[in-house]
Amino acid sequence: MKTILRSRLLWLMLPALVIAAVGPWWLSAYYLGVLTMAYYFGVFAMSWDLLFGYAGMVNFGPTFLIGLGAYGAALLDTYAGAPIVVCLIFGGLMSIIGGILLALPALKLRGAYFGLVTLVAVLLLRYFIVIFSGFTGGEIGMMVPDILSIDTATNYEYALWFMAASALILVIISRSSLGLILEATGQDPIAAAALGFNVAKHRLAAFCISALFSGLAGGMMVFYSGTASVGTVIDISIGVQIIIAAVVGGRRTILGAMIGSIVILLADELLRPLGQLNIFVVSGICLAVIIVFPGGLLGLMHRQREGA
Amino acid sequence: MTAIQILIDGFVISALYGLGAIGFTLIFGVTGVLNLAHGGIMVIAALVGWDAANRFSLDPYGAAALGVLAGLIAAYVTYFVVIRPIQRSKRIPADETEIFILTATLLWGVMIQEGMAYLFSDNPVTMRPLLPGVVHILGDRTPVNELMIGVLCWVVIGLLWLVVYRTRFGKPLLAASENPRALGLLGFEMSNIHLFSWTIYGILTGVAGVLLASFLGVSSASAGGLTASAFSIVVLGGLGSVWGSLIAAYVVGYMETITAYVISPQLRPIPALIVLVLVVYLRPQGILGRR
Repeated sequence: MKTILRSRLLWLMLPALVIAAVGPWWLSAYYLGVLTMAYYFGVFAMSWDLLFGYAGMVNFGPTFLIGLGAYGAALLDTYAGAPIVVCLIFGGLMSIIGGILLALPALKLRGAYFGLVTLVAVLLLRYFIVIFSGFTGGEIGMMVPDILSIDTATNYEYALWFMAASALILVIISRSSLGLILEATGQDPIAAAALGFNVAKHRLAAFCISALFSGLAGGMMVFYSGTASVGTVIDISIGVQIIIAAVVGGRRTILGAMIGSIVILLADELLRPLGQLNIFVVSGICLAVIIVFPGGLLGLMHRQREGA
Repeated sequence: MTAIQILIDGFVISALYGLGAIGFTLIFGVTGVLNLAHGGIMVIAALVGWDAANRFSLDPYGAAALGVLAGLIAAYVTYFVVIRPIQRSKRIPADETEIFILTATLLWGVMIQEGMAYLFSDNPVTMRPLLPGVVHILGDRTPVNELMIGVLCWVVIGLLWLVVYRTRFGKPLLAASENPRALGLLGFEMSNIHLFSWTIYGILTGVAGVLLASFLGVSSASAGGLTASAFSIVVLGGLGSVWGSLIAAYVVGYMETITAYVISPQLRPIPALIVLVLVVYLRPQGILGRR
């Protein structure tokens, strides 16, 4: 029953993707810009969900991986003038290295202890960027010489198809045997190891995959906005937003993380007339969703269909 | 004279860190909750105290008392509105309660930070000193207020020790951190014990917030950083261990002060963070942790 529901959801996504793809015909440039950011956030949140929802690792530092990818790409572009694709791949590799660094403690530590290491990783990365500000632009950030496109619609399509491709790959991974084994190691590592699965190897794989997508999305975001700065790709508050998006959308669903990101970023924009209070209200709504519907938005959809 | 300055400043900052972290570790030890809105509660106490002092032209002590009261109320709201509904929810699987509490308190912390920024802006505020004037200690000029804050921190910590180890109300807290099931079987009402620990937590955190505002100044934007520093100190000392947290607070406080004075104020938090990562790798249970 569950698999039917899930695959039906994937089918539901197709018309949604078509409607989104023709966005430039019916959306204002302003909302195209908002959605472009939301799509990159969607990739961040989906990568986080692979680690949290499946492997059971509470990663407080998604921006450690994102920041490495973003700054890796930005530095290579600025100082070596490499083509954008090369920079993105380099950023992705930097993220994977970061992912392996984060995975090493994850092989030993659980729960809150691991969460703290990831949090400290973000803080240290931030300090290093600020200390080497001559090289990295510090708090102000660095402008990159290249950008993806100056056209809003083109940027929007890049982000949309990048997110769609990431979503497809991550959903396939999560339903593959790798996803199942990860879920098993997340829920009971000892039982999973007793069944003969190499827990360390699978966790490492999960970190590398999550890091690759986070890093690529971080790099894409840099070349979309033309700058890499601590405030947009490393700050703890960005990580908090990613975690909230994934949990509100529905953990252990991948697609829920994507939906959560889009809903939250749109809600942020729609409530902008409230001025300073908009983040307060959005957080309040998310809190209510978590307490009343722990399954998240996607879980809510499932429940309703089961009831009908 | 730098050595004496480091000694005094380090002592007071560490005492403040310790007081801030002790509530965090207490509430984890007794009720199993990692409250990521911790810094937010300190900020509420500080900002309400500061605002009350200006609005009603109170003396520093009255303002501090109001601030602590605000911290206590904030702790109760955190417990009743955010944490208890999750602990009692039937839809949340038991093994996932922890992550739901983390996410919910994270959101609640964001709400507090934004709400406080809306009410009081995000400019840093400093409360009026509890005691004016300066004294010279071995040639080093030290504000009396700074010494007063260090002493007050230790008085509060001493009172906590008395309550927990020497009173009929406090001892169950100790027992709850050892084995909550057995305590339930002995006929203790767990919800009363939880409520009592949240009361103590609110007062401790409120006092820490008010004293911090009087010594270093606080803004609504400090909420996240305060949570992170309490979290690191508590993990360094061993989750749930009060004495471990105090030792860790002194390790972190002195390392930061020495770095700031001897190397550069810009690098202040870095050595402590590196030590933290090393300790977590090599000894995950922390200095005095049990697990």
